Amino acid sequence: MNPRLAAVFETAAAEDRAALIGYLPAGFPDHTSSIELFNAMTDAGVDAIEVGLPYSDPLMDGPAIQEAVSIALKSGTTTDVVLDILEQISAHGATALVMSYWNPIERYGVLRFAERLASAHGVGVITPDLTPEEAGPWSAATDAFGIDRVFLVAPSSTQVRIKTVTTATSGFVYAASTMGVTGARGQVSSAAPQLVARVRESTRLPIAVGLGVSTGAQAKDVAQYADGVIVGSAFVNAILQATDHSAALRAVTQLATELSAGVRGEA
Amino acid sequence: MTINQERIEEVTEALPGHFGPYGGRFVPEALTAALDELDAAFRAAMTDPAFAKELSDLERDYTGRPSIMTRAHRFAEYCGGAHIYLKREDLNHTGSHKINNVLGQALLTRRMGKKRVIAETGAGQHGVASATAAALLGLECTVYMGEEDTKRQALNVARMKLLGADVIPVTTGSRTLKDAINEAMRDWVTTVDRTHYLLGTVTGPAPFPEMVRTFHSVIGREAREQILTLEGRLPDAAVACVGGGSNAMGLFSGFMDDESVQLRGYEAGGEGVETGRHAARFAAGTPGVLHGARTYVMQDEWGQTISSHSISAGLDYPGVGPEHAWLHDTGRAIYEAVNDDEAMNAFQILSKTEGIIPAIETAHALAGAMRLGQELGPDSLIVINLSGRGDKDVETAARWFNIPLGDR
Repeated sequence: MNPRLAAVFETAAAEDRAALIGYLPAGFPDHTSSIELFNAMTDAGVDAIEVGLPYSDPLMDGPAIQEAVSIALKSGTTTDVVLDILEQISAHGATALVMSYWNPIERYGVLRFAERLASAHGVGVITPDLTPEEAGPWSAATDAFGIDRVFLVAPSSTQVRIKTVTTATSGFVYAASTMGVTGARGQVSSAAPQLVARVRESTRLPIAVGLGVSTGAQAKDVAQYADGVIVGSAFVNAILQATDHSAALRAVTQLATELSAGVRGEA
Repeated sequence: MTINQERIEEVTEALPGHFGPYGGRFVPEALTAALDELDAAFRAAMTDPAFAKELSDLERDYTGRPSIMTRAHRFAEYCGGAHIYLKREDLNHTGSHKINNVLGQALLTRRMGKKRVIAETGAGQHGVASATAAALLGLECTVYMGEEDTKRQALNVARMKLLGADVIPVTTGSRTLKDAINEAMRDWVTTVDRTHYLLGTVTGPAPFPEMVRTFHSVIGREAREQILTLEGRLPDAAVACVGGGSNAMGLFSGFMDDESVQLRGYEAGGEGVETGRHAARFAAGTPGVLHGARTYVMQDEWGQTISSHSISAGLDYPGVGPEHAWLHDTGRAIYEAVNDDEAMNAFQILSKTEGIIPAIETAHALAGAMRLGQELGPDSLIVINLSGRGDKDVETAARWFNIPLGDR
């Protein structure tokens, strides 16, 4: 496990709370603004950052992230730009992972990607459409460069499957709380606590819950049974709805502050 | 440092669901259980005589199989004097080969106890076939179709609605087949407990490529038997158009082990491979992962999918079935691009020489055969998969040939 990512969960556990993990697509709405938005998240108490690598065919994402990704791609966000953003926000103090569909990483070269990610001070990579069966070279590459590889489990995962996934995973387990695509939801799925309980039977790794968490109250609820709370679409929506960049920064700060209180049980 | 391709091949070749380094499963974990369930249902059905009987009864009594084989004497004059036979999948119920796969998967849907199917469609042929099978078996049906394609293929949209299906125009991305697949996957991951994704071609995560090829293999089996009866020998070449590649895999599978039979696939060259506006994955693509499988993909240096272009909605797709990728790399099949104008020329020639209006997709195979006949010479024997009829394309063709459309 990457020591900096491990520290995030250890610190949260020591404080008897869950870690807050925030997602945005890199380069959304553009290179420079994107760095400031990530830094605002870090400054407002987000413990770890998921830097989304924009991909042309985001088939796990709902409308909000699709739109953001499309804006990021139009603003010229290449894999090298993503890695630059990662490096800059890490210098600002973020503990940052990349979240990417598999094809851009394979196209970049798995070893090369792992190497560049490590040299940009990234701590890991979340790959939502890479299954452990296809991950042989990726496991070797991430091991070689000391970065974590995070796979996902879902409510439909069997117990055998959860074992397979958690064995291949390092850093933390990403529990997709619901059957569906990303997006803010009125309620976090009732499947989430059960899923987390099932995952705990298979691993001692920290478990973070994502998909559908958007408010401080939801974060508080999830923090009662999970080690990490992942929020993405709500940040994207806050930015999409803002009238300009400074309003976007304020909205992100406000949401991050609310969620940060939530994972501390204060919402 | 470049991608360690040898390592990827070494690791993945031994896994089931792969064709050499291609294929596999690159999907959200939420779909793994459904794919496992589908794989198990498919394998159980393949060894169940009751399933085989039910499917072959439907093929005979509903689809109208076996489809006939037509000798094309006059069209052959444009093929360097080669002997040309057309495998008439256009005469199947619903007008294309697509019904073969759809009936198989619809029966599997029922076996799995699911009540709803979703499908993607480009030209509308697969959507129409899916809506048809859903009506026949009493399943709910939703078809995702790129908004651009709903305009190009308005008649097929109406057909699907008449059959009781919901048609959802997809307005994301390039608004074509690729984006329809994205939306269908998003629906599936949300509704997977009661929905089967009736994928229409030999792409996607395992077991789809193998399963769809299996349901279309009836084309190749019949064609092989028919040509042996008619000509007393195997053909020199089996020819098909290749979008995702299902009609081609169906035909090719019948001749795979006949080393003397060349397998020839024709992909869409659009306005010309050199213009960048095409769907020529083998001519201009590279290995990558798209829609759940590793295969040849039209992509930029960063792995972003490049939009494809073709006059034929059914070939307008930036990926291709993973088994085709492997047949390409091993040299067992040869793939070439056919441009829009070349395909439309063949479309007109077949219409005027044989009285058969082909689908524009199929016209790419016909144009390919016209080239290939010159190459193989007089008295060579070529079987073309006439994968679909052209009724749906009349409006597009009328515009292309400047034929006035009356009061419209």
